[in-house]
Amino acid sequence: MIAAEHLDDWAIEVEGLRTQFGAHVVHDNLDLKVRRGEILGVVGGSGTGKSVLLRTIIGLNAQAAGRIFVFGEDYDAVSNEARRAIERRWGVLFQDGALFSSLTVAQNVMAPLREHLDMPEALMEDIAAMKISMAGLPPDAGAKYPSELSGGMRKRAGLARALALDPEIVFLDEPTAGLDPIGAAKFDQLVLSLKKALGLTVFMVTHDLDSLYEDCDRIAVLAEKKVIAIGPIDEVRRNPHPWIQEYFSGPRGRVAAHAAGAAAE
Amino acid sequence: MTSLPKTADFEAEKAERTFHMAAKGLWTAPCLGPIDGRLRTFTEKTLDHELIIDLGALEGLDTAGAMMLQRTMSACGGRTDESRFVNAAPEHMTLLVAMTDNLAPCPTEPPQRNAFILMLNRVGQGVENVYFSALHILNFIGVVISVLWRILREPKRLRLTSTFHHMEEAGLDAVPIVGLMSFLIGAVVAFMGAKVLQQFGAEIFTVDLIGVAVLREFGVLLTAILIAGRSGSAFTAQIGSMKVREEIDAMRALGLDPVEVLVAPRVIALLLMLPLLTFVAGMLGMVGGALVAWSSLNITPGMFMARTQEVIVLSNFWVGMIKAPFFAFIIAVIGCFQGTQVEGSAESVGQRTTLSVVQAIFVVIMLDAFFAMFFLEIDF
Repeated sequence: MIAAEHLDDWAIEVEGLRTQFGAHVVHDNLDLKVRRGEILGVVGGSGTGKSVLLRTIIGLNAQAAGRIFVFGEDYDAVSNEARRAIERRWGVLFQDGALFSSLTVAQNVMAPLREHLDMPEALMEDIAAMKISMAGLPPDAGAKYPSELSGGMRKRAGLARALALDPEIVFLDEPTAGLDPIGAAKFDQLVLSLKKALGLTVFMVTHDLDSLYEDCDRIAVLAEKKVIAIGPIDEVRRNPHPWIQEYFSGPRGRVAAHAAGAAAE
Repeated sequence: MTSLPKTADFEAEKAERTFHMAAKGLWTAPCLGPIDGRLRTFTEKTLDHELIIDLGALEGLDTAGAMMLQRTMSACGGRTDESRFVNAAPEHMTLLVAMTDNLAPCPTEPPQRNAFILMLNRVGQGVENVYFSALHILNFIGVVISVLWRILREPKRLRLTSTFHHMEEAGLDAVPIVGLMSFLIGAVVAFMGAKVLQQFGAEIFTVDLIGVAVLREFGVLLTAILIAGRSGSAFTAQIGSMKVREEIDAMRALGLDPVEVLVAPRVIALLLMLPLLTFVAGMLGMVGGALVAWSSLNITPGMFMARTQEVIVLSNFWVGMIKAPFFAFIIAVIGCFQGTQVEGSAESVGQRTTLSVVQAIFVVIMLDAFFAMFFLEIDF
């Protein structure tokens, strides 16, 4: 299927992005486009600014130059009200969940509902229960505080909160980092099934090669302050850039590729 | 696009044992609030009936809407194949199917118990806490003293950089605020004294009052209170957030003693700086008092000095200075101790910081009262 390139196809467009901290330039003239309904994996070595890119797109870091369009709207040019409307259409899962530590998991999930929507308490509780279940947590996790949860459960709770407002885009910052392989595989499955059920666009920063093979429709490789390759994983793997070759042909890369190949057969 | 306002709505009618419900409009989270109550009432009525939900007129559906539809469906009918969704668009059906496994309610808060038992529980826990925290803090004081002793015998164990850093932060940086405060306190004491003593024609005794009050009590006490609020809280927050990020555990694992690395430099810094701050406070308090005496009582600075040298026994000054290191030790130890008691959340850091300031000020004032009695007894 060849999609005509018009505005509606892109959930996120980043043009000529430049971010810097003081004299340290993280991104320079970076371009990136994310299609609606795809899972895009962003990879790169440590310190190449993957998380910074994510934070810049969601407006937590100001860029030095360049423009960012979300749903075709220039995030920096719109009014505060329009910006809040855009913010309601995405959900973010931070690295360690970033749950509010003074609220229970269910209250964490209800927080955005309470803030943005006008609905009775009982309905909020039902919605929170549904999101918690969708994120793969047992019902009794709802009444627990974040400090009582394991790392994997905190990530799931963070995902439940990110999904609270039925976002169209979900940003995941290293969702499987720190999870055991079984937990990570389950999380991959969860992201895939949510994407299928809800038609989500997923922007995923990850180091996890298995996640890349399992989940991602396309991957973008960050190096030398820009996106050096973007496309389906098999295409990117053939890119001759030395970092990409090292990344995918290293022992872990080969194992993951082999596993993905075996699973496909 | 329809010109109708975007809301969710439904209509229901009953035919024998079967309800027909037609969902209309936009069943998305922002629109669902107003109909939730009505839908629940309807759901109760449909108990033991069959239910057919028509989704033909649905304009939009999200997970919240799908959850509500499934909730309605599973609460009443669903016993036979008779109950079902009809005319659903394929994408809506996908969502509805995805929701079937996610309907289990979950508690949002830990279960609440009987208020009376809860109160008894709190009282009991409070008493137990007092006992154990007293034990803990005594234990901590012991550990700190033993570490200080170790440092005294092996001075190269002292973290010099860290100590100087805290001396600057807790001591030098506090000079302006401590100075200004005691200057004002000296002035206020002078004003109050002048007003009363003038009535007896005993203005000159204002000098005695200022000297005794500022040097013996106010200088050191107010400096200690200020430092408890300024540095004691900072110690708690610093050590507490390190505890939250497992830095303390990392230190232990690396074979470093957190008391030696974190607590000792802070204690030593305050032990050295609080007497100096007390000295600054005493001097500036005298200056403030002297200025007021000069302006409102016509006691010239020269007379003030002469009178001071004549009547203010040096012991007043030493009483203030002797108390300073004790207060410093209390403030630093309580600040650091509360830092080590932080657990888990950001909220805990806040609670412990408050506790550290309150406890430090309380103990400082108690100790001051004890010193007052002690010095009175020994007639110093």
